[in-house]
Amino acid sequence: MPAKTYVRTIINGEHVDFLCEPRQSLLECLRDVIGLTGTKEGCNDGNCGACTVSMDGRIVTACLVLGVEAEGKEITTIEGIAKGSQLHPVQQAFLENAALQCGICTPGFIVSSVALLEKIPQPSEHQIRFWLANNLCRCTGYDKIVRAVQDAATKM
Amino acid sequence: MHWIDYASPHSVREAVDLLNEAGGSARPMAGGTDVLVQLRANALPDVNLLVDMKNIPELNEMTMDPEVGLTLGAAVPCYKIYGNKAIEHAFPGLIDCASLIGGTQIQGRASLGGNLCNAAPSGDSIPVMIALGGVARISGPSGDREVPLEDFCTGVRRTVIQQGEILVSLHFPAPVANQGANYMRFIPRNEMDIAVAGVGCSVVLDNGNIKSARVALSSVAPTPLYVKEIGDAIAGKPANEETLKLAGQMAKDAAKPITDMRGTIEYRKHLCDVLTRRSLQIAIDRAKES
Repeated sequence: MPAKTYVRTIINGEHVDFLCEPRQSLLECLRDVIGLTGTKEGCNDGNCGACTVSMDGRIVTACLVLGVEAEGKEITTIEGIAKGSQLHPVQQAFLENAALQCGICTPGFIVSSVALLEKIPQPSEHQIRFWLANNLCRCTGYDKIVRAVQDAATKM
Repeated sequence: MHWIDYASPHSVREAVDLLNEAGGSARPMAGGTDVLVQLRANALPDVNLLVDMKNIPELNEMTMDPEVGLTLGAAVPCYKIYGNKAIEHAFPGLIDCASLIGGTQIQGRASLGGNLCNAAPSGDSIPVMIALGGVARISGPSGDREVPLEDFCTGVRRTVIQQGEILVSLHFPAPVANQGANYMRFIPRNEMDIAVAGVGCSVVLDNGNIKSARVALSSVAPTPLYVKEIGDAIAGKPANEETLKLAGQMAKDAAKPITDMRGTIEYRKHLCDVLTRRSLQIAIDRAKES
């Protein structure tokens, strides 16, 4: 069995070191190695956005990043969005606007939406839909998600 | 995914040596948005080493010189391109493609160099890069060479890159006065889809006439298709509807599409006509504003 690689990262503000095989995606490392299962696996080929995380301030699909590429990077997952027991305004808005049904896409949508509002605090509906185009939801029809993001924008 | 090793060289020389020593079993990786999908789909069974290009300074270069033009490292991700004011101002055609490849997350990783090397017939960045007169700068075991982008793709997912070579950067000549460019594709959705047909073009105007033009098509041939005849035919003609009609008809005639799940031959040829007229009109409008 070839050697695993030692990877040093900062995940949700804390130093996290882990061992992984070079072929393992960051998604696999987060879920199976580190135990952060909030990030979901959908398509595993970059289309659905369920595994969206922020890496060095930029959202990416964790299925299309190798764990070894995370060396020295700062990563934020859904587990790092709330402040303790206090939900982030985007999380609160998703709840209040019923912007989820089965919930599998929700962590990815929230990480993407938080990144959008950090970049564009008052986005138009078009900007929201365009930014979130890499996140698929098969339940809601998207309208409630768009409304939740608009609602969160007014509260941040 | 089968076992692969990972290397992250810090110089062009080191990368070339790694790829050369590995024979055909190594692949360069920039954003990984194509190669990781292909590995996972078992489409690259012989590859057992990924050579990460992102830690090599030359592949991250983004230098805009008013005289020399733009040097764009092959691994620069899309979001850095559309976040660059100098590129936005001088090369709006590059912004068109960088901001529509994949979605926000893909644009955080994917590069125009990678899009080119992946050499899909539908590669969204390639037509406008050809239209802008782009040149690929390649390094390999026997030295450096330059290849005009219209000659880079040689077949479906095949390029001029030889064993041990890497694409280091793309070079685009500085835009001249009254130049404009555009990329436009047709997809059934509004975003996140593969072009049914696409057109990249660049025009230079002279007193309301087209001084020169370059047009290239995507998704309508085994490779992105540079249609030199269009530029030859419309140079010197007024930038009006009649000239655009001629260009559209020539694009329709030049396209060699197949019928597949995304569209029929007839539909794609029709799209080439419409998209060429519309894309040229945007390029002309941009040239007037420049």
